Amino acid sequence: MGEVTNAAAPGTLHRRDAVARLLEDRGDLLVVTGLGSPTYDTFAAGDHPGNFYLWGAMGGAAMTGLGIALAQPERPVAVITGDGEQLMGLGALATIAVQKPANLSIVVLDNGHYGETGGQLSHSGAGVDLAQVARAVGIAEVLDVKAAGDLAAARNALHAKGAGPKVIVVRIVNEETSRALPTRDGGYLKDRFRAHLGFVPQ
Amino acid sequence: MGAANTNGAGAEDSPWAPIIHDVLVRADVRQVSYVPDAGHTRLIRMCEETGTMRTVVLTTEEEGVALSAGAWLGGQRAVLLMQSSGVGNCVNMFSIIANCRAPFLTIVTMRGEYHEFNPWQVPMGSATEQAFEMMGVRTIRVNTLDELGDLMASAAAMAFNGDQAIALLLPQRLLGAKKWVK
Repeated sequence: MGEVTNAAAPGTLHRRDAVARLLEDRGDLLVVTGLGSPTYDTFAAGDHPGNFYLWGAMGGAAMTGLGIALAQPERPVAVITGDGEQLMGLGALATIAVQKPANLSIVVLDNGHYGETGGQLSHSGAGVDLAQVARAVGIAEVLDVKAAGDLAAARNALHAKGAGPKVIVVRIVNEETSRALPTRDGGYLKDRFRAHLGFVPQ
Repeated sequence: MGAANTNGAGAEDSPWAPIIHDVLVRADVRQVSYVPDAGHTRLIRMCEETGTMRTVVLTTEEEGVALSAGAWLGGQRAVLLMQSSGVGNCVNMFSIIANCRAPFLTIVTMRGEYHEFNPWQVPMGSATEQAFEMMGVRTIRVNTLDELGDLMASAAAMAFNGDQAIALLLPQRLLGAKKWVK
């Protein structure tokens, strides 16, 4: 662990710190997390009824975020996921670029590795640059977060209504963190999220 | 190849499309995702022209499953339009629907049956119903145009009022077999 992290841009940021900074003063932000460490990082930053944690459905986090963003155009929506999860749903970046939701941000915590499955090198670790992919498909605003000093601007970008969707690639260290596990009950998380938006269980 | 193809099902006269569209409007479906299929051409166009509907073109069908879950989380109703070949692409993504007990509605144009010319459509077309059912999605097969309105209304009600995952299957015999013209 910890030798080569990301061939494109070796990460130096610590994932727990970065996610906590991004979710500071979260206001009316709605959050969807990709399975594995991004779910744990987001939960560790503070549970919230406006969080929807995925524990599976790999590749589906960004599209789940798009569905929410289209349904709630007045609320900022952030997807917080990992490089491996986003790589499985790479086409979703193209779909989102075409839809141009002004209130959606995709945060990719990129350590260049599949952390949950034994630390195998991912495509981004082998040189596929997800920020460049996002630019190439036409994502309106792409932030490449490499230093702690960039996090404040990234946090503000989650809340700013821009010209279109944003992809924020956060270059993080490939490191183990302590487990912080939210409930795995999808039905509960769905009802809690909907109740937060004012929809009662039917 | 030199072989063009036309598809009667994609023609403007697809009489089934307005019947489905009418139910989608009355059910207040707001997000309509699709991977293009000739059979769905008229329905897609009608949805694009409906002010209350947002159409979302997908790169692969599984994106639409996640989109439908997100729409429901955000308080809207969604439908996924796809061809039977796309159902296999969705299988693992159905876990979000199953785990969340979220409504899910999809309209599937069948290939791989009834005068099918292309053998590559047959494996997934033959396994479409099993693929849905093994992941907890109930299937409703429409056999005649006369029963379509009733079955479509039932599918929407079960999905959105009963929190069920429902696939309405439109057989190739109902749509008209794809015509291949040299």
